[in-house]
Amino acid sequence: MADIKSFIDNEVKTNDIVLFMKGTPDFPQCGFSGQVVQILSYLGVPFKGINVLDNPELREGIKSYSNWPTLPQLYVKGEFVGGCDIVREMFQKQELQAHLKEVGIAVNEAAAE
Amino acid sequence: MAMQARDIEAMIKEALPDASVEIRDLAGDGDHYSAIVVSEAFRGLTRVKQHQLVYDALKGKMGGELHALALQTSAP
Repeated sequence: MADIKSFIDNEVKTNDIVLFMKGTPDFPQCGFSGQVVQILSYLGVPFKGINVLDNPELREGIKSYSNWPTLPQLYVKGEFVGGCDIVREMFQKQELQAHLKEVGIAVNEAAAE
Repeated sequence: MAMQARDIEAMIKEALPDASVEIRDLAGDGDHYSAIVVSEAFRGLTRVKQHQLVYDALKGKMGGELHALALQTSAP
């Protein structure tokens, strides 16, 4: 478990945007994970997708790491932003776009208007 | 496995007595719900913290017994 925690720690701190998800960005295996992939793709931001279905220890470990019971989980610059509901709501209210810009991540301008 | 909407509402109200809770059974299968929760307890908190309060109220059932609960939270 300690190993998983440091694995997660390292991933979220060395990548600007990390999405812990079921399936991969190309083949999401859950509708909620797929929705977040769609939003990030629409915004044109690069992100690392990590498939928790590959590793049962990671699937449970990420939940206790974030104190969050469900997947997907989006991290930006080491900070937990939310799951599908929050990401979608922030996107609809343009808050996600603003947050990404604020931390220095360029967003596809057409999507940011 | 599935939870009843009234049980979900009761658990949320037990932890957040002032909350107004509106639950919908999205698929009619007792397994996919949406909930709109409005409580003074959410004031000034980030969305993550607001949702964590609701998850805490559900005492670990979220992600287990309760498969999907689309949450929308706000302060009155």
